[in-house]
Amino acid sequence: MRFAFTDDQKMLRDTVREVLQRECAPDVVRAAWEGRLQGVRSVWDTLAETGVIGMMASEEAGGMGMAELDLVLPLEEAGYAALPGPLVDTAAVGIPILEAAGTDEQKERWLGPALSGEARIVVSFEDQHIVPHVASADLLIAERAGVGFCVPIAEASVNLEQSVDRARELGRITFEAGAKFRMREDVDPRAQFGIGRERAALGAAAQLLGLSRRMLDMAVQYAKDREQFGKPIGAQQAVKHRLANALIEQEFARPLVYRAGWAMTTSAADAEVAVSLAKIYAGEAAKFVAKEALQVHGAIGYTIECDLHMWMKRAWALAAAHGDAAYHRERVGRHIL
Amino acid sequence: MDLDFSVSENAFRQECRAWLEANAPRERLPSGDTREGFALHLEWERALFDAGWAAVSWPKQYGGREATLIEWLIFEEEYYRVGAPSRVTQNGIFLLAPTLFEFGTDEQKERILRPMARGDVTWGQAWSEPNAGSDLASLKSTARRVDGGWRLSGQKTWSTRAAFCDMAYGLFRSDPDQARHRGLTYFMFPLHAEGVTVRGVDRLDGDEGFAEIFLEDVFVPDTDVIGQVHQGWKVAMATTSSERGLSLRSPGRFMAIATRLIDLYHRYRDRSDPVLRDQVVQAWMDAQAYRWFTFQTVTRMREGGSIGPDSSMNKVFWSEMDVRTHETALALIGQALELDEGSPSAVDGGDWMKGFQFALAGPIYAGTNEIQRNIIAERVLGLPRK
Repeated sequence: MRFAFTDDQKMLRDTVREVLQRECAPDVVRAAWEGRLQGVRSVWDTLAETGVIGMMASEEAGGMGMAELDLVLPLEEAGYAALPGPLVDTAAVGIPILEAAGTDEQKERWLGPALSGEARIVVSFEDQHIVPHVASADLLIAERAGVGFCVPIAEASVNLEQSVDRARELGRITFEAGAKFRMREDVDPRAQFGIGRERAALGAAAQLLGLSRRMLDMAVQYAKDREQFGKPIGAQQAVKHRLANALIEQEFARPLVYRAGWAMTTSAADAEVAVSLAKIYAGEAAKFVAKEALQVHGAIGYTIECDLHMWMKRAWALAAAHGDAAYHRERVGRHIL
Repeated sequence: MDLDFSVSENAFRQECRAWLEANAPRERLPSGDTREGFALHLEWERALFDAGWAAVSWPKQYGGREATLIEWLIFEEEYYRVGAPSRVTQNGIFLLAPTLFEFGTDEQKERILRPMARGDVTWGQAWSEPNAGSDLASLKSTARRVDGGWRLSGQKTWSTRAAFCDMAYGLFRSDPDQARHRGLTYFMFPLHAEGVTVRGVDRLDGDEGFAEIFLEDVFVPDTDVIGQVHQGWKVAMATTSSERGLSLRSPGRFMAIATRLIDLYHRYRDRSDPVLRDQVVQAWMDAQAYRWFTFQTVTRMREGGSIGPDSSMNKVFWSEMDVRTHETALALIGQALELDEGSPSAVDGGDWMKGFQFALAGPIYAGTNEIQRNIIAERVLGLPRK
């Protein structure tokens, strides 16, 4: 039993952290909100250069052959930066499904560009027709009636929807589920998409951890800087206790997210339960931290001018995505009761 | 990261399990916070010590088996899994002993540790005073220098099981010219000596689990000072950190309670609604969260880190989880929850009401959760003290 990351895993995290610090400041997120995506495109290219986009692809395909556990720290950083764009969808779900279930032709056409950052992949699971980041993606990987489809966005029909988090670029997508786009059926597509769902939930949980950490950082900084009654508001016990509670929620979610990454990587017997725990705790913690951070900011936090709202809205969206707390609690209940 | 247990950790678990299953008392012992129950618990503690299980992480020379922290957590999981009795030696083994290992002399360790772990000499803590609770540094009890030692005077309170214990430990003002945290010394003192009066106090659940201790010029030799004279605050803080940290309440205890709660749910599910079902699931998940958080902390400690202010997050989490879990159990039982341990018709012998009342103490003892939250805010988040 050793609950700690390796130096390599921490180095990869640090690399991603530095890239995002440099290239994904809050004004980049804000620009994405307004439909200006140059900044996001350029971060995406840098992330592709570092190998993060293709980290789960096999080494033969030009990737790093990494597993879920290697993903959680970089994705936590993506959450911390509120990085816009389909990082989980492309890196954790899309590329592995494409490599496992794509036809030779599909892989030939899309795998290289996905790894190099030219093509961004979004994923639509069986029951999910509104897809995040579809508005600026290049390829859709979809599951319909237990079969996989690999559809260039240009050949699908997208009707835009609007997320409370504008950077999510939601769209309702339809396409002709015909032979032209069909993926291989001899590789158990249901199982491939099943793992994809778990990875998507884990990826959301990891990002939620990072979102929490950033919102808490903002609130703590504000509590130190903002003075009322002649002293920082953070000297007031009522404010301290809110922030202490936020930290506790966040820090008890953290090991569950890491443990879920490990459980998926090792195909542990209780991997699904582990993912559910991660998703519930990371989601509930992020929503809680959001609420406390808003309260500590006071009226300025309740404006679009203050950056906090972009993190808060991402947290609301991701906490409900890929199974909300009720869904995952039900799944845990089936396992233990 | 390797979240499986190693071959030797699994072997250790099997060994614990086999011994505990063969030796743990079949019958529930009366509460260890009563005079009669205390004596029966000590018999069990003696059996534990003689088989080498009383303090598994201690050095062999003091009766331990030099187990790693991970192995200690495994032992605790197995201990509570078989429903073995609560540990009445706890205030010695888990609170005083860590202080002795860090600050005690060889003579003290040699003299004190084995009888402590075997339950031959029992220990109570004596921190609080009537006017020094959360603000411990405002304590008034004094230590006066005399030939070969000190004379202690004053009043201590909320001393767990001190009504039945032989010895106690706590802080006394040894330098009257110093204030607050300075000029305090950490003493061990006898409870049956001349000048000591111990008065039991009935707790919320009716057990005489608390005591007040009155001291009038009680002699204590120099050999019963821990650490340096006037440096008691520093020594005591080492103990309080282990008290509120993982050694006081390991995850095994809460995993066992969650398992019993699920069993209760199956017996009472006919009257349970989806809200209660969710709460049962939540209780199980919280125990899991605490378990993985603890493995993460222990890994850091084994690799040279310290528990530090994490112990405050720990304490808030387990104490509030324990209250919620017992509230859920009582909600499942419904109207019959009021039948307590003295009632022949009580569900599970009244354990849930008893446990609920004990759980309510959690957010208060070992530093109230308000104090813990201050510590978290100031020392982890770096918020200003004033």
